[in-house]
Order: sequence, then C-alpha cells, then structure tokens
Amino acid sequence: MDSYIDIKVRVWRQAGPKAQGHFETYELKHVFQGASFLEMIDILNEQLVAEHKDPVTYDHDCREGICGMCSMYVNGHPHGPDSAITTCQLHMRKFKDSETITVEPWRSRAFPVIKDLMVDRGAYDKIMQAGGFVSVNTGGVPDANAIPIPKPVADEAMDAASCIGCGACAAACKNGSAMLFVAAKVSQLALLPQGKIEAAARAKAMVAKMDELGFGNCTNTGACAAECPKSVSLANIARLNREFLKAKFKD
Amino acid sequence: MWLKDSSVGRKFVMALSGTALLLFLLFHGCMNLALVFSEEAYNAICRFLGANWYAVIGSLGIAFLVVVHICYGLYLTIQNRAARGNDRYEVRAKKEGVTWESENMLVLGLIILGFLCLHLYNFWFKMQFAELTGIETGSFDPQNGAAYVKELFTTPVWGQVYCVLYLLWFVVLWLHLKHGVGSAMTSMGLNNLKWQKRVEVISTVVATIALIPFTIVVLYYFGMGIGMLC
Repeated sequence: MDSYIDIKVRVWRQAGPKAQGHFETYELKHVFQGASFLEMIDILNEQLVAEHKDPVTYDHDCREGICGMCSMYVNGHPHGPDSAITTCQLHMRKFKDSETITVEPWRSRAFPVIKDLMVDRGAYDKIMQAGGFVSVNTGGVPDANAIPIPKPVADEAMDAASCIGCGACAAACKNGSAMLFVAAKVSQLALLPQGKIEAAARAKAMVAKMDELGFGNCTNTGACAAECPKSVSLANIARLNREFLKAKFKD
Repeated sequence: MWLKDSSVGRKFVMALSGTALLLFLLFHGCMNLALVFSEEAYNAICRFLGANWYAVIGSLGIAFLVVVHICYGLYLTIQNRAARGNDRYEVRAKKEGVTWESENMLVLGLIILGFLCLHLYNFWFKMQFAELTGIETGSFDPQNGAAYVKELFTTPVWGQVYCVLYLLWFVVLWLHLKHGVGSAMTSMGLNNLKWQKRVEVISTVVATIALIPFTIVVLYYFGMGIGMLC
C-alpha cells in the first residue's frame, strides 16, 4: 500500500548556461507515494515559492510518457530507477522513507544545461532536420493496401518509431553517443518501402549531423537500450551501421 | 575520408582491424598448439616462417593493423570523453545488461599492449628479429623456437611466474575479445533483432576458442616445469 514518506531531494541548481552549478538538498515531509516524480518536484517547488526561493526549473509536458520532455537523471539513471518509463511515469513508491534522491540534468556536450534540470535538446531536432523524413509530393491519398508490407517489418518499424527523442540514450551513454536515437529514426523509415528510396542519403546526412554536433562514437555497450523509456532495440544501431556502410560503399 | 571523419566509419575501421587481428590470433594459436605434440613440428613452422619474405610482409601487416587499432582506439576515446562534457554525473548506477569489459575496452587494450611488449621481447626479438639482423639476441638458434618457449616457461620459479602472468594476460584478452567480437559485428552492421542474443553467444564462443590453444600450451609447460621441480 502506498503511504507517506519523508525524503531529501538533492537537486542540481544552475542559474544559467554559463553559471557554475552545484547541488542543493531540500527536505520534503509527508510525500504521498502515489504521487508521480514530477508531482513531487511540483510539491518541492510550491514549498520553495512559499519560502520565497527560486523554484527548480525542469522540462515537462504531456505527463503520460509520450512527449519526451521530462529529462531527469534520478539516482544514476535517466528517467529514474525503473525500466521502460519516462520520469513523469515514475512514482514515489519506487523510493523509501528518509531516502536521499539525487536529481541531475542530462550531461552531454551536445545537451548544454539551460537552467537547473532543463537542457537544450535542439541537437536532436537538427539531426531530424538533416534527413529524418520522407520527401512526399502531395496528391491524392493512396489506398492503404496499395503497398503490401509484411507484419513483422511493420512491427519493427513501429517499434523504432516509438522513440520519443527524450535524449536518455545520449545521457546514459558513457560516450555521449546519440546512435540509438539516430538508429531509431533511420530504421523507422529504412524498413518501409516509402522510406527506402531515400535511405542512403538519409543515413549519411543524419550521421554527418550527429558527428558535427559533437556526439560521441558508439562502442556498443548497450547502456542506451537499457535506459530507453521506449525500449528501442540495439538492433537498430546495427541497421544504421549497415545502411551507412552500404551508402558509403555505393559512392 | 569517411573512414576517418564519420563515427560509423571510425568504428568500421576499429571492427575491421580487430577482426583481422583476431584471425592472426587464431593462426598463431594453431601454430603454438604444435608444441604440445612435437617440438620438431613447431620448429619446422618456425623455419617455414622465420625471416622469409612472406613472413616479414605478414609481420609488417600485423604491426600496421596493431598501430591502426591503437590509434583509432585512442582517437575514439578522446572524442568520446569530450562528448560526455565537462560535468560528470554525481551518481552513476549500474545499467542492466552493460558488461564491465564493454566499458573498459581501452584499459583492457592497454594491458594487452603492455604485456605484448614483454611477449615480443621474449620471443619475436629472439627469433624473427635475430634471424633478420643476424644479431645474437638469445641463447639459442633463432629458428629453435621450441627451446625458447621451454626456457621461458619451465625455468624453475621464473618459468611458473611467467605461466601465471600469461594466463592472466589471456583472461584480459578474453574479456577484450568477448566484447570486441560482438561489437565488431554490430559496427559492421551484422546484427539484427533475431541475431542479437546469438551474436552475444558467438562473441563469447569465438573469444574462448581463440584462447584455448594458447592456454593449453601454457598449462602444458607449467605442468612440465612443475614436473622438473619435483
């Protein structure tokens, strides 16, 4: 049964992108375990506001695990110590009474801190703009069954497409590599006939953008997939490598 | 050049050079195994390779691969550390399914390299190098490889220390290969949803197979050394 717990929250506070950050510890009494992690931060912020202190800045939006905004590194795990969920889906029942919870922002050169726990994830948008799309000339809507796609292929593409671009992969990776994200975005299109046409150009453009933005090199440790809130598979990384190498050998 | 300028290209070079070195290791292991059956057979192999032009070219090729593998490894590590940013995480928890060796490939590689220098001094320097230059670097004929192996591994006390050191070296090498083989396959694009588990198993099996002949030879001489002590 969920009950009430007293906790200490150790939060990274950083006034701005250039400012020197530090940890600040706050005590929270009587937190309901049925509350989500973000609700707990809200409670903390209300307490801070009541004390006339600056509330903790953090990203959040849908609060149902589909937008990919909440980006907290909780007790050494992106999105906290539960698997296949985002921070908003993390509940306080995962924590014990009188526990100290350490909350950090994503730390990666490509994701600079804006304030406190909020980081700039524009790098992922730039990678998407480099090639994460299918060029379509608009016209009449084609029949849904005009192009047959085997169910396993459709499933794999759909699983890759479940990536919400939260940045947990690059945050978890010891190399700060964005390979799982890029791999998912390349895979969801490369698997389908509509996306195959531009597959080579897409793989090259997105990898080039990823490298340019200062993400690291993948060493296949698998930390990304272990921490991915959508359980995107490492197999996508092999596909990205394959698509990229194929494209380069063809050149 | 995409093999140098793109992350996937760099990993491809790493994978390719690593695979080539693994093939050399398998070849090397098979030749060593001859020692257990007949020292003459091993010396025949030593004579066949020795300082012949094809062996010298092969050695140069391997040396080149080693240099490429190390340079790329260092280059990748420097880039990866930079990509992590200046602020490190305060709390780092163990990630499920992430092996220790996969996160410490550079350390394992450096240990392998350090011991490789000792290994080259003990054998290559006294065999191929001696034969090439005509300088006398050891106490036996450069083509009498078996005598050198026997000397190193069976001389009382030091021989046994060497045996243990070599076995430890094999453990490090095994860990390096255990992650390396599978990682190389993924880097070359040879993996998918169905094969993920299989690739992990293949990686462990290949690493083990590669080191079995070496281990047999060392254990054989360890036993011989102990026998001589008693």
